[in-house]
Amino acid sequence: MKRRDFLQKTSAAATFTAMGTGSLQALSSSLKPTKITILHTNDVHSHIDSFKENHYRNPNRGGIARRASLIESIRQDNPNTLLLDAGDIFQGTPYFNFYGGELEFKLMSILKYDAATIGNHDFDNGIEGLFAQLPHAKFQFISANYDFTNTIMDSHCKPYKVFKKGGIKIGVFGLGIKLKGLVNKSMYKETKYLDPIEMSQEMTKILKTDHNCDLIVCLSHLGYHYHNTPNKVSDLKLAKTTKDIDLIIGGHTHTFLEKPTLIKNINNEDVLVNQVGCYGLNLGKIDFYFDRKKNKSANGISIPL
Amino acid sequence: MRFTYLMFLLYFFLFLNCKSKKHHLSKISVSQISIDNSLEPNADVENFIKPYRDYINTELDSILTYSANTYSKTDGFLNTAIGNYMADVVYDQANPIFKTWSGHEIDMVLLNHGGIRAIVPQGPISARHAYELMPFENTIVIVALKGSQVNNLTTYLAKNKIAHPISKLQLILNANFNIIEAKIKGRTVNPKKTYYVATSDYLLNGGDNMTFFKAHDTVYETRYKIRNALIDNFKKVDTINPEIDLRLIQIKD
Repeated sequence: MKRRDFLQKTSAAATFTAMGTGSLQALSSSLKPTKITILHTNDVHSHIDSFKENHYRNPNRGGIARRASLIESIRQDNPNTLLLDAGDIFQGTPYFNFYGGELEFKLMSILKYDAATIGNHDFDNGIEGLFAQLPHAKFQFISANYDFTNTIMDSHCKPYKVFKKGGIKIGVFGLGIKLKGLVNKSMYKETKYLDPIEMSQEMTKILKTDHNCDLIVCLSHLGYHYHNTPNKVSDLKLAKTTKDIDLIIGGHTHTFLEKPTLIKNINNEDVLVNQVGCYGLNLGKIDFYFDRKKNKSANGISIPL
Repeated sequence: MRFTYLMFLLYFFLFLNCKSKKHHLSKISVSQISIDNSLEPNADVENFIKPYRDYINTELDSILTYSANTYSKTDGFLNTAIGNYMADVVYDQANPIFKTWSGHEIDMVLLNHGGIRAIVPQGPISARHAYELMPFENTIVIVALKGSQVNNLTTYLAKNKIAHPISKLQLILNANFNIIEAKIKGRTVNPKKTYYVATSDYLLNGGDNMTFFKAHDTVYETRYKIRNALIDNFKKVDTINPEIDLRLIQIKD
């Protein structure tokens, strides 16, 4: 702690003397913690326009043009920002019925979404309907437990993606819900559902060991928690039974959380689980601060919830 | 002189840091931001949406027919005017197609009460009302069921005590909700005969616990959306004027 204080003071002094060269500036910035901002939505369900002022439940809420302004100002504040969606982009307003998801994908591309996972409703026009809209999406679809090998989606969806922001490596992998019983087989065709917990273990191993990721995010459409069937795989269950995931961004259950849930994983380490309801009513924002201390922070991670 | 030393020291630390390349997560802060009218809409995004929105509004708001009254799924016990209307529309719109394909006629229609998602208000009716009434993409399917399976269907309706929309089927129940009479197109259900039951793909796949569809012989997928059947009917008729009738009733004594 003392060494750190000393360094911060001296680096400030050094820049003050106007000797500041490029390397010095880089040095001073490397001593400041790097902030990574993760923004997220889920279950937007084609809600492009805001709700009308006389809507019975969500008057004046939502709207992608407003979300665009908010995201823009957050990005101006911190360029090291990732924007993610946890699925069910499709279905819910005539925009989807008329244009089949084209506008949703185009707008998400304008907003510079970085990645999205696939929700059950994203199959509502069949796997062909999803595939047909892919040219409009400039962001990556990720799902580690949907095996699309024998479908037209093969090679158009990756299990994970690694992003590098401000020198920090962020690994994001996707998980989807079991389609059988939820979606007509004629819609998802030969899409194979793989065990989400097993795939998570594989993903975290790849992201941590092969890619040396500093931060691991799971983008999930499994659902937050199932009261009546607690054994059904959910975000809370996933958090408890895996390791090395820092954040689970969820969807499917349209769960409004006052604040993210803090769960202890299998190694007794913290995992954050979050979900922001539905229909673009909210934007989730989680800031991760990294510093370059040689020894792992003795005080652990501070998470004021 | 002192500064040079300091610089070396700083470079040394920098070198060390680069070498170790280890980032440690020290703090996480969380927040959730409500999207509401305190945020100014982004003008570029708004302009991008506008032509899409304008086209939808023109399509959805042109008047196609008129409704004589306001119809709600909560008006009526075992059958409702709005449910009767929807089931009759499915029959009227799908039967000609099915007949051309298969040479058979649809014998009866079954939809689900939960699938009626809005009211039909009195006055001008546009396609928007069809989207509100039926926001889902469900299609009409015709299921070949043995009369014995149709009996499971009628038992379900009797036990369920919910006004699931039906057409061409008449079901009379006693005070204890037991079936007194079950007729399809005016004839008593014959357990050995095959009946062609029009329903939605949602119910065919077990929706609302309609498990009797599982034991089907053949399924004819029309790919005709229920919503489009409604819109096509709006275009065809001058007035919507359905009534609560005797298709599913209970006789108390």
